[in-house]
Amino acid sequence: MSDLKPAASAARVPRRRSNDLPLTGPHTEIATVATPAPKTARMQAVGLCKSYRKGRVAIPVLRGVDLEVRDSEFLAIIGQSGSGKSTLLHLLGTLDAPDEGEVRYHGQRIDNLPAAKRDELRNRQIGMIFQFYHLLPEFSALENVLSPLMIASGAWSFFRRRSQHTERAKELLEMVGLGHRLKHKPRELSGGEMQRAAIARALVAGPDVLLADEPTGNLDRSTGQEILKILRTLNRQQGLTIVMVTHDLAIAEQADRVVRLVEGRVQRA
Amino acid sequence: MYKFLLCWRYLRSRYIALASIVSVTLGVWTMIVVNSVMSGFAFEMKERIHGILSDVILESYNMNGFEDPEYHMEQINRVAGDYIEGMTPTVHVPAMLRFWHGNRSMTRQVTLIGIDPKTAGAASDLPQYLQHAENRRQPSFDLREGGYDTRDRQSGVKTGDRDFMADAGWPYRRWWAEREKAFEFNKRTRVEPPELEGAQALTEQPPADQREADPSAVHDPFAAPNTEANVFDPLKEQHTGLFLGIALSSYRGAENREGFSVVPGDDVQLIFPNASQDRPTAVMSTYTIVDFYESKMSEYDSTFVFVPIEKLQQDRGMIDPSTGVGYVNSIQIRLKDERDGDLVRDKLRAAFPPEIYNVSTWRDKQMPLLSAVQMETAILNVLLFLIIAVAGFGILAIFFMIVVEKTRDIGILKSLGASGRGIMGIFLAYGLSLGVVGAGSGLVIGLLFVLYINEIASVLSRIMGHEIFDPSIYYFYKIPTIIDPFTVGWIVCGAITIAVLASVLPARRAARLHPVEALRYE
Repeated sequence: MSDLKPAASAARVPRRRSNDLPLTGPHTEIATVATPAPKTARMQAVGLCKSYRKGRVAIPVLRGVDLEVRDSEFLAIIGQSGSGKSTLLHLLGTLDAPDEGEVRYHGQRIDNLPAAKRDELRNRQIGMIFQFYHLLPEFSALENVLSPLMIASGAWSFFRRRSQHTERAKELLEMVGLGHRLKHKPRELSGGEMQRAAIARALVAGPDVLLADEPTGNLDRSTGQEILKILRTLNRQQGLTIVMVTHDLAIAEQADRVVRLVEGRVQRA
Repeated sequence: MYKFLLCWRYLRSRYIALASIVSVTLGVWTMIVVNSVMSGFAFEMKERIHGILSDVILESYNMNGFEDPEYHMEQINRVAGDYIEGMTPTVHVPAMLRFWHGNRSMTRQVTLIGIDPKTAGAASDLPQYLQHAENRRQPSFDLREGGYDTRDRQSGVKTGDRDFMADAGWPYRRWWAEREKAFEFNKRTRVEPPELEGAQALTEQPPADQREADPSAVHDPFAAPNTEANVFDPLKEQHTGLFLGIALSSYRGAENREGFSVVPGDDVQLIFPNASQDRPTAVMSTYTIVDFYESKMSEYDSTFVFVPIEKLQQDRGMIDPSTGVGYVNSIQIRLKDERDGDLVRDKLRAAFPPEIYNVSTWRDKQMPLLSAVQMETAILNVLLFLIIAVAGFGILAIFFMIVVEKTRDIGILKSLGASGRGIMGIFLAYGLSLGVVGAGSGLVIGLLFVLYINEIASVLSRIMGHEIFDPSIYYFYKIPTIIDPFTVGWIVCGAITIAVLASVLPARRAARLHPVEALRYE
C-alpha cells in the first residue's frame, strides 16, 4: 500500500497512516496521562421528555431520560433505531429543546438559554459529528474545518487572524490524517476522510464535549474502526469528553461506559 | 465571514440564479436607454422652445396690446430688475402669408411677430436660428449680398446640401428681378428682340427712383403701395425685411429631398388685421425675405414670421398719432437665471393688473407639451420597472428553490453555532450580489448602448433596410441622449433593492429552519 497513491479508494482500504496517528495538536501539551481525576458531571440530562407531532398525534420519543456525562469520559449510548438516541444527542447539543426536563452543562441549565447563547455554546463548547458527516459541499476540507471559527468571529476579525486560524485548522487536519487533502472538496473525499474532516471541524474551536451521532454508521468496519480510534485517542490523550450514539454494540463496547436507551428511557444495566 | 464566502461560492456554483438576474440586467439596461433618450429629447425640445420663447412673457389679452412699452419695461425693472438680463417688446398678430411660386399664389397661416432687431437677441435665442452668420451675430432686416449657410448648420453631417442658398440674397433677387423686368418689357414691346434691350433699359433706370422709394418703403405704409407700382425697383431695392420660418417655405420632394418655394431675396405679402378698435380691416403689406429662421421645432418653423416692430406698428396703426407712442402686445423678458422664472412671474403678477396682463413663463406656455413628454417618460419608467419587479419574482422563486436545496447546509451551519440572522445574512448577501451583478451589467450595457446609440441605429437601419430614426420626422439628425447620473443611480439602486427584497422571504424561511429538521434532510 503506497501512500503516494491518490486516495480515491481510501474508504475501502485501511490506511496505515492512521495507525500511527500523529497527535500533535495544541491539545497535546494540555493532555496529561490518561488518569482522569474525580469524575464530576460535565453534562447532565434530567427527566428529558420529547415527542414529535405527526399530524394531531404526538409520538413520544423520550420519556424521562436521566443521564450523566462525567468529565473526560467516553460514553456510548446504544439503542434500537427509533429509540430516541439521536434525539437525546440533539437535546444535549441544544439543537432541539426538550418538552420537559433539563439539560445541564457544568451544572448550569442550558436548554432554556436564549438562542444567541445556545448558538455560542454550540459554536465554542460542544463539538458535533454526524453519521452523514455534514460537511458543507461548497467548502474545501480546510474551509470546512475553519467554518466554526468563521461563524464565531466577524469578517474583519477573522481576516486579521486568518493565518493563525488556518494554522490551527491545518494542524487538526494533519492530526486526523488529512494533511494532504486540505484543498479538496467533500465530494472528492472518501467517507472516512469526510468523517475525519468533520472531527477536525468539531474540534477546531476547542470544545470540551464532543457529541457523535453514529459516527461510524455510514462507514465500513475497518474505516469505522479508524474513526473510533481517533476518538479514543482524543479521549485518552486530551481528556476530551465524548458522547457517542450508536446502534452497533461492537462499536459501543470500545467506550468507557455504555448506556442503553430503550423506548425513550435509560435502561439500567 | 462564512456568509460572504458561502454566498460567493453559491454565486459561482449556481448558474441558474444568474439566469434570474438576466431580466434585472435587461430592465436596468432598457431603463437607462429610455431615460437617456427621453431626457435627451426633452432637453433638446426645451432648448428649442426656450430659445424662442423668453423666460418670462408679459402680454396683454387685447390683440391691440398696451401702450408705451418703455414705461412697462421700467415698471418691470422696478419690480424684478435684479433678476432680469434683458427685455424686448414684441407685437404678435395672426396673419396670412402669400407668395408666388411660379404663377401660383400660395397662402399660409402664420403668426406675425414684430421684433426689435437690436434687443431681440438679448431676450431670446432667436438670432441663433438664422441662416446668415452676420445675422446670427446681430440680426438685421437688410437683405444680405450672399453668404447664407448652404448646409443645415444644426444637423451635423447627414443632411443634403442646400445648394440654392449659395445664391440667396441679392444675387438671387437681381436674377429674378431681371427676369421679371425682361418679361414685362417683352410684354410691352413685342416688336423688339428682348434680351439685350431689356437689360439696357434696366440698368439705366433705377438710380433716380431709388432715393425716393427707399424711405417710403421702410417707414410709410400708405406710401408703399403707391410707390411700388411706379418707382419701386426690385433689382436695387428691397421691401421691409422679414425672417421667415423655414418650414413655411420648404417642402419635401421625391426621395425626401428638401425643396423651397421661396428663399431670401423673394418678396412675399402679409395680410393681417389692423388695430382699429371698432372695425378691424385687413391690411396687406409686402415684405422681402431676408433670412430663414430654423429652430427645428416644427411648430415654430411653420408658423413664425418675424418683422421689424416699427413697421408692423405702423401698418397696423399701433402708434398714437398725437404722441407717437407705440403699442405692443407683449414684453419678452430674459432672466439671469432661468430657474427664477416662477418667482419673477409671481412678482409681476402682483404688480400688474391680472385682468389686463397675462404673465407666464415659457414653461407655462409649453406646459401641455412638456407635461406630455414627462408623462410618457413616467409611464415608460413604470412599465420598465415592472420588468425588474418581475425579475424580483424570478429571484424569489429561484431563492426558495436554493433554500430547499441548501436545507442541509443550513442545518449544518446552525449546528456549528450560526445564528438565524447569520443564515438570513447569507441569502440577503446572495440576493444583494445577484442584484449588484445584474444591475451592474445592465448599467454597463445600458451606458454603452446610449453612448453608441447613433451607430447602433445606423447599423440596425442597414440590416433592416429602412431608416429607424428618420431625421425628417423627429427634427433631430442624431438621437439626442442625456445620461443623468442621478437617474441612473436611482435605477441601479432600485434594481438592487428589488433583488434584496425578493431574497428576504426565502432568507427568512432559511433562518427559521429548525436545525434538527434540516439535518434529518437526507
